[in-house]
Amino acid sequence: MIHFDNVSKRYPGGHTGLAGVSFRIEPGEMVFLTGHSGAGKSTLLKLIGLLERSSGGQVHVNDRNLTRLKNSQIPYHRREVGMIFQDHRLLNDRTVFDNVALPLVVSGMGYKEISRRVHAALDKVGLLNKEKAAPITLSGGEQQRVGIARAVVSKPPLVLADEPTGNLDPKLSQEIMELFGWFNQVGVTLLIATHDLDLISRMDKRILTLSNGQLVQDTGETQ
Amino acid sequence: MSKSRNNTMRRRPGFRPDIWLQRHLQVALASLGRLTNAPLGTLMTTAVIGIALALPIGLHVLLNNLQNVSGGWESGASISLFLKQEISDKQATALSKKLRLHQRIESIQVISKASAMAEFRRLSGFGDALEALDSNPLPALLVILPKSKYSTPETAQLLVRELGLLPEADIVQLDLQWVRRLQAITEIAQRAVLVLATLLGLAVLLIIGNTIRLEIQNRHAEIEITKLIGATNGFIRRPFLYTGLWYGLFGGIIAWLLVAISILLISGPVAQLAMLYQSAFDLSSLDITTTLLLLTGSAGLGLLGSWIAVGRHLSAIEPS
Ligand SMILES: Nc1ncnc2c1ncn2[C@@H]1O[C@H](COP(=O)(O)OP(=O)(O)OP(=O)(O)O)[C@@H](O)[C@H]1O
Ligand SMILES: [Mg+2]
Repeated sequence: MIHFDNVSKRYPGGHTGLAGVSFRIEPGEMVFLTGHSGAGKSTLLKLIGLLERSSGGQVHVNDRNLTRLKNSQIPYHRREVGMIFQDHRLLNDRTVFDNVALPLVVSGMGYKEISRRVHAALDKVGLLNKEKAAPITLSGGEQQRVGIARAVVSKPPLVLADEPTGNLDPKLSQEIMELFGWFNQVGVTLLIATHDLDLISRMDKRILTLSNGQLVQDTGETQ
Repeated sequence: MSKSRNNTMRRRPGFRPDIWLQRHLQVALASLGRLTNAPLGTLMTTAVIGIALALPIGLHVLLNNLQNVSGGWESGASISLFLKQEISDKQATALSKKLRLHQRIESIQVISKASAMAEFRRLSGFGDALEALDSNPLPALLVILPKSKYSTPETAQLLVRELGLLPEADIVQLDLQWVRRLQAITEIAQRAVLVLATLLGLAVLLIIGNTIRLEIQNRHAEIEITKLIGATNGFIRRPFLYTGLWYGLFGGIIAWLLVAISILLISGPVAQLAMLYQSAFDLSSLDITTTLLLLTGSAGLGLLGSWIAVGRHLSAIEPS
């Protein structure tokens, strides 16, 4: 599903994001990505979602060589990668329903199908009763669940999450992780960047650890 | 690789015209809704566009009217055919009967030597002195109206030349010099209106471009997020293009209203003036062609203005 081969990323100004990272994630895996602040976790996720391009090495996602992907093809790539952010990145002037519907609208789906899928996604994250609410009227945990519903509504094979529980208390964090666990069980590949070592130690999943842009530990594929 | 059904690439959904249309309609209405949500700002922008467009369109309509007027005068232009001194009134009438059959002549009025004398006597006050003359020194005169088809300065001139060749003809007069001058002036004015229209069209383009640029800035975050979830540039461009289109169209409607109201306001005094000149001249307003041209033109300007702005500013926004 994801294959990094000696990937490096240098930011303009000489900052190193990643330096010679290689690993492979198989379809259906659920993997945590951890490391100190500035280790390169966000950078790694951005390379997968093509928010940034690598400066060296090869990135393959879903059998697609991202290094050679044309800019005009980026939107179609992103439709196959659900992305979840710590700051949610919701549209505050739209309802919860419209926010979750956005990936489907963007890909040109008809309204009936959109409505059916959005309701299914909202139901999954437990927010069916909030579909007409504005995101800012929701709690942090609820907003994050809206973000998750948006990321999975188009049923992408791969979902990335960058510190999805960063602002949440342990109980809410646990709930979010259980949600991820459920998506994983239905076949979605997940890569989750987090600082929360406590939380991931309880999940018993594969962990990649970055330090100063290098992959320093990989607990290996879990069965 | 064998582990999951998720391995294969999912292809883009096929093109569905019904969904495409539904999307466009929705985006068009959404941009319209956005504009009506901020009525004051929208009104100000469209008013500026409307005023800028009303100026050249109004002048164009006035010029058209002026041409209609001078056209009317032209067709009313008559040719005075002064016959030779020795031609008698009888001969003059005979000639007029002959000429009436001419295909280029609408009508002929014969002013006999006698009636010319009577007129002269009445107007000049030389009545007594004229009594002393034993013969009438005034020539007979044929006042000829060309058919309207042949009443342009060029064709009327041909008729004048032809009439000049008649053995009975002495002097043939056609005073169209001033009509020519008026034509030259309106031609210059038309050019000026064209230049003005180009400049103001450019101004409208800038106004709309700048408005769209601000709109893009305001919706920076939204554009970023939409790109993040896989929107193409075309998808993101669309609402801004529709916004530009609406601005242009509404500006055009305001321009139309301004011109129509202005014409209504001056048509009263113009009618009075026309009456003084015993002319049944009616100030014509915007016809359908001009209206359609104005509205499609202004909508096109709006589209173009936003297209330029979007092209310049949208690609600069990338999610991070
Ligand atoms: N846009 C950028 N321009 C320049 N340098 C950058 C940029 N983004 C990240 N970096 C640098 O790259 C390195 C890795 O950053 P990254 O954001 O990937 O770390 P991180 O592991 O996500 O950290 P955190 O846990 O704080 O989010 C850091 O040294 C950072 O300063
Ligand atoms: Mg980070």
